[in-house]
Amino acid sequence: MTNLKPVDVAIIGGGWTGLLTAKEITAKTPLSVAVFERGGPRKFIDYAVTMDELDYNIRLRMMQNTAEETITHRHSLKDKAVPVRQHGSFHPGTGTGGAGEHWGGASFRFLPDVFTLRTHLLQKHGAAKLPEDLSIQDWAVTYDDLEPRYWKAEQMTGISGKAGNLRGEKIDGGNIFEGPRQQEYPTPPLKHSYASSMFETAVRKLGYHPYPTPAANLSEPYKNPDGIMRGACQYCGHCQRYGCMVGAKAQPTNTLMPVLAQRKNFQLHTGSWVRRIVHKDGRATGIQFTGENGEEFFQPASTVVLASFTLNNTRLLLLSKIGTPYDPNTRKGTLGRNLTHQVGTNTRVFFDKPLNAFMGAGELGSRISDFDGDIGFTGGEGEPLRLGMISLSNNGNPPIGSFGTMPQGASKSNWGSEWKKAALEWIDRSAGIGLSGEHLAWRQNYMDLDPAYTDKFGDPLLRFTLDWTDHEYKQREFAEKIQARIAREMGGKFDEGARPRARYNVINYQSTHIQGGAIMGTSPENSVVNRYLQHWDVPNLFVIGASSFPQNAAPNPTLTVLALTYWATEVMTDRYFKHPEKLI
Amino acid sequence: MKRREFLILPVAAVGGTLLYTLAGEPLRLQAQNGTVKVPLRFFTAEEAKVITAACARIFPSDASGPGATEANVVIYIDRQLAGPYGRDKYRYTKGPWVESYPEHGYQDKASPGETYREGLKMLGDFASLSPADQDTKLRSIEKSHFFQLLRQHTIEGMFCDPMHGGNAGLIGWQLVGYPGPQMSYRDEVDKHFGQPWRPKPASLEQIARRPGKPWEDEKS
Repeated sequence: MTNLKPVDVAIIGGGWTGLLTAKEITAKTPLSVAVFERGGPRKFIDYAVTMDELDYNIRLRMMQNTAEETITHRHSLKDKAVPVRQHGSFHPGTGTGGAGEHWGGASFRFLPDVFTLRTHLLQKHGAAKLPEDLSIQDWAVTYDDLEPRYWKAEQMTGISGKAGNLRGEKIDGGNIFEGPRQQEYPTPPLKHSYASSMFETAVRKLGYHPYPTPAANLSEPYKNPDGIMRGACQYCGHCQRYGCMVGAKAQPTNTLMPVLAQRKNFQLHTGSWVRRIVHKDGRATGIQFTGENGEEFFQPASTVVLASFTLNNTRLLLLSKIGTPYDPNTRKGTLGRNLTHQVGTNTRVFFDKPLNAFMGAGELGSRISDFDGDIGFTGGEGEPLRLGMISLSNNGNPPIGSFGTMPQGASKSNWGSEWKKAALEWIDRSAGIGLSGEHLAWRQNYMDLDPAYTDKFGDPLLRFTLDWTDHEYKQREFAEKIQARIAREMGGKFDEGARPRARYNVINYQSTHIQGGAIMGTSPENSVVNRYLQHWDVPNLFVIGASSFPQNAAPNPTLTVLALTYWATEVMTDRYFKHPEKLI
Repeated sequence: MKRREFLILPVAAVGGTLLYTLAGEPLRLQAQNGTVKVPLRFFTAEEAKVITAACARIFPSDASGPGATEANVVIYIDRQLAGPYGRDKYRYTKGPWVESYPEHGYQDKASPGETYREGLKMLGDFASLSPADQDTKLRSIEKSHFFQLLRQHTIEGMFCDPMHGGNAGLIGWQLVGYPGPQMSYRDEVDKHFGQPWRPKPASLEQIARRPGKPWEDEKS
């Protein structure tokens, strides 16, 4: 083990949160900041020759290598977990920029009631109507706390969109259900495709309130407050799962790294796999990591920021024995608790005209939030039902992935002449209407260390215990009815048959939105970190990311993660560094 | 050392000039004289023949257009199986190996390469069967992991960028009207509503004016 020269701040993870934390601290303090990223180095110019569906969209060349580390999954406490042997339901990133390089760019603010969900549902329905196993709790921050930080995040990334609630004034064409915004979006919305314009027309006719998906894909050239200039989106259709070859999609490598490269008190160590946070008597003393060639290092640090993906934030705390692991039987302990994903369902709609859907952008699309949040619908036994957003997106249909999409019954076989002919007939004539549904936290959904499977170093893998509950099945069934109504209004054909209630599966991609495990709260009894994402037991350790969400909201989490990073780093630079021994 | 194996192909099938046609319109190769020897990385010449024949039943060359044979799907599969994917360099392959629910996907030990070796045994003297018997044979193994891989790889080989060995002469992209990884649709994305718009396809190398780096060629 080699001891390195001490640094003031060691940051684990070189994605959105880790690099944004580094940018904020190095901008406001002279402290030495070192970021440790286990993946390789990346520059945005690398993306010029990566517009390749096979390697990037199918083989997932930008993602973590599951041969080195993965997770295990089981549906319930009674089951035995098995490893997720290849990526399926979500795609953790790696390398400089992390998943922030290959995201789609959807950038929403959460609804105000999301942050006070438990209080809100108790007031509306009464304690008796909340299911016993519901594990939701209020965030330790409010929409008003985050509003100015959302704005910072939107400016840094240059989000394209249209406001629907500007300082309380509802504006048609934006999301009128959103919380009040102080500012219009930095750039106007992206263009519409044929399919998204059909969706918009249909939902308007149905009396809903469509708005363009707010996107980190720039609709026009934009210069952010850091002076970073980026060009406009070209709608090339190679966005999600790819790095952007023109830099129009906000990525850490094209927004944060150019700024950090100028900072003398910043260093980035790629190929540095952090294995433990070292701590003694309630203080973190540094981090232990393995370098590219297998050498072991100890990096002493006055402050440690754990800013990797949700999975690794929880796992590293468990491996480092920081905090009390959650026990779903007794509901005691906090670490690993309230694991949430995102609830989706998709209705594939077929049209009689071609859509030219090979064109698109990561978040080109139209959506409605008429059913987001507490929709006032009651599920079984009068329990509350919370839904989400319904949308149509055109992110570029690739030829391998879309070949063979056809209405049910168009071909008896899924290979051979008849199938080929039907597939050619239906090519470029379908679009999906999706749901991004809120995933509530349940007692039995949590993370801990797997007793049987290990990573390449021999450390235990993270284990998911996760399945859908009656609430999520009802969310889907409700959404599918709305989707069918919209599909009919669009003049499309779709499979009208009832769909089976499918359990959680690790094969089909759902979204890379995994939350919880190191959640924020008002006391050490209900959370791992306080409202500033500072660890209750180890005050010089911050744990930043969607791991802090007590439960997921309907929208994609990245913008909220960025807003929370601004929120936490402001307090670090304004107050914490003066007294790093204390809880803020 | 293993004896080098080759696949003998007509010149026209390895990047020979193709006439561009509109999407969906049957497209026939103009056979040119001569053959070329393509070195194989995974299959023996005999195995390549069997896989070629099986892919041709999955994605036939018929009245609706060219198929797996013209696209050189077998070359694509050969390179994939010899590369890191075929050798499971990116799959978690630690035990214990246990059977689980379908929601947990493929949980067996065999790599794609090993699965093909087993699958080739199932196919036997496939190449010498009549098309009808070939279909019966494939139908009988339809549920196997091998067949599912073969079917998926056939589609991949039809429509991948030609740097991976398949989609020879962009024949797959022409068949479906896919233009390839074009740099910009900014002036087109909100036009052509309801009308097919099919720009002439180009490969990544033609567009970027430098070769891509296919993952299967990476040393590991």
